Amino acid sequence: MSDSGRSETSSPLLSMSQQEGRALARHGLMDRLFKNGTGALAILVLVLLGGIMLSLLISSWPALVTYGGQFFTENRWAPNQQVFGALPAIYGTLITSLIAVVIAVPVSFGIAIFLTELCPAVLRRPLGVTVELLAGIPSIIYGMWGVLVLAPLLQWLSPTIFPTGTGLLTAGIILAVMIIPFITATVRDVMNTVPAVLRESAYGVGCTTWEVVRSVVLPSIRVGMVGGVILGLGRALGETMAVTFVIGNNLFFSATLTGQGTSIAALIATQFNESTGVQRSALLALGLILFLITFAVLACARLMLKRMQRRMP
Amino acid sequence: MQHSNSLYRKRKLLNRTVMVLCSAAALFGIFWLLAILATLLWQGVTAIEWSTFTERTRMSGGGLGNAILGSIMLTLGGTIIGTIIGVGAGTWLAEYGRNAVLGSVIRFINDVLLSAPSVIIGLFIYALVVLPMGHFSGWAGILALAVIVIPVVIRATEDMLKLVPDSLREAASAMGAHRWWVVVRVCYSGARAGIITGILLACARISGETAPLIFTSLNSNQWNFFDLGSEMPNLPMTIYQNMTINSFIPRQVELAWGGALILTLTILVLNIIARFMSRDTNKR
Repeated sequence: MSDSGRSETSSPLLSMSQQEGRALARHGLMDRLFKNGTGALAILVLVLLGGIMLSLLISSWPALVTYGGQFFTENRWAPNQQVFGALPAIYGTLITSLIAVVIAVPVSFGIAIFLTELCPAVLRRPLGVTVELLAGIPSIIYGMWGVLVLAPLLQWLSPTIFPTGTGLLTAGIILAVMIIPFITATVRDVMNTVPAVLRESAYGVGCTTWEVVRSVVLPSIRVGMVGGVILGLGRALGETMAVTFVIGNNLFFSATLTGQGTSIAALIATQFNESTGVQRSALLALGLILFLITFAVLACARLMLKRMQRRMP
Repeated sequence: MQHSNSLYRKRKLLNRTVMVLCSAAALFGIFWLLAILATLLWQGVTAIEWSTFTERTRMSGGGLGNAILGSIMLTLGGTIIGTIIGVGAGTWLAEYGRNAVLGSVIRFINDVLLSAPSVIIGLFIYALVVLPMGHFSGWAGILALAVIVIPVVIRATEDMLKLVPDSLREAASAMGAHRWWVVVRVCYSGARAGIITGILLACARISGETAPLIFTSLNSNQWNFFDLGSEMPNLPMTIYQNMTINSFIPRQVELAWGGALILTLTILVLNIIARFMSRDTNKR
């Protein structure tokens, strides 16, 4: 380092060992600084998680105290009457995410099998990148596309089911398109962890590609697959912009699949800036519920994927 | 013989059917990307003129200049803050906390935060920054975006540092280099390309984030040059407002599509650059 130059000008009489001692001391200090500094930044991750929970809890406290259990059972969200029920939003969130997963899982598995087993090696990378690029498109674009293309298309296909084109099912379809790349990427990655020897020996005894996939590849990555699917579910639960445009924003609970509804994220996004007082607090309480749901779902997915990774070579 | 022949044919047919379905699924996936890009191009290209970049947003006509500038500032700010924290924390996880219990706890929490809904992160910064300050601000927007960047960069940094072989660290230590010097000079230079890929991907992700900005930076139709203390105009929020509360004005909807095209192309280019960088590392 620049140590020699500086010590020459400041104190030429210092002996070699003293200079070395100083350099050692300084490096020792830097060592500790570096270790503790980066350690503090790492602990910041824990602080972030704690901070998110705590700040949401504190700011939603007024609404939770005022409404208590009624908050979860009331079947409408009517700010003008000071009635805040989370039921329509929770129902919409869960049902749209379920629709998305039901549509996305078969398609994602198909793409993943195509990419790992069928695709010519030349095309594998470009196709993989294309799927990943689909994951990079911002969700607001999906929402706009849903309004402009998908909703009119559904309305045209079946005006009786989709009188306006928007609704829970439309939102579910948009969400499915959004999470297909996520599930595909995860499933493809875990499928690639299956040792080639296993595949080759199955082919060697005369299995067809499908038999190899069904009896050798899929059984050995079961946990990873489930983890990938739940990861996609976690994405769908918290998605805001794509859903807001097409879900219809009906604030009354109705147990339909295709009718209009709302979701937690959509409700927060559409009402937050026009809200004050207890309504804002109630919206923050919705945020807390969403965070707890997604946290539980994502934690499950990560634990499953972790068990999978332990088996990787 | 007849029996085994029919079984053989059945297996072959089943295989063929499933493989055709899988290929169809792959085509389906690519179809969506093309359909969305085609819609964007078709709707967006006509809306973009020179004035789109030079004029600010107005109720009548106008452009997207202030929104684009604001978006660049928010994204850069979020990326810089997120990178500093993320690289540091990732370094600790890979170099010091590899086998520690605390390390695995942080790793787990980070993985969960990695896919936490961005709307929640917006609410968190709202409660943390906007409420005490009393007004929306560019800083709040930057912080919200930084919180989204952090887990991505941590993950990239840790994974890339773990790919640096231990023998390199040992060699450097054997030459008398101190631990921090080994990390900074040896490990970072080995992991540089991978970490930059992670940062670029994070940058691409936050440049399209809308939900967290609703509660933090909000939007404005004025030019805002580096005044982070007040509301910062940005592209995603402008698109959102033009598609919702201003959607009765045809020109605003047109501009929203123009903005969406600019945004998506930027993100795709960032993604492609990031992937080219990671491919170069893989080759090495």
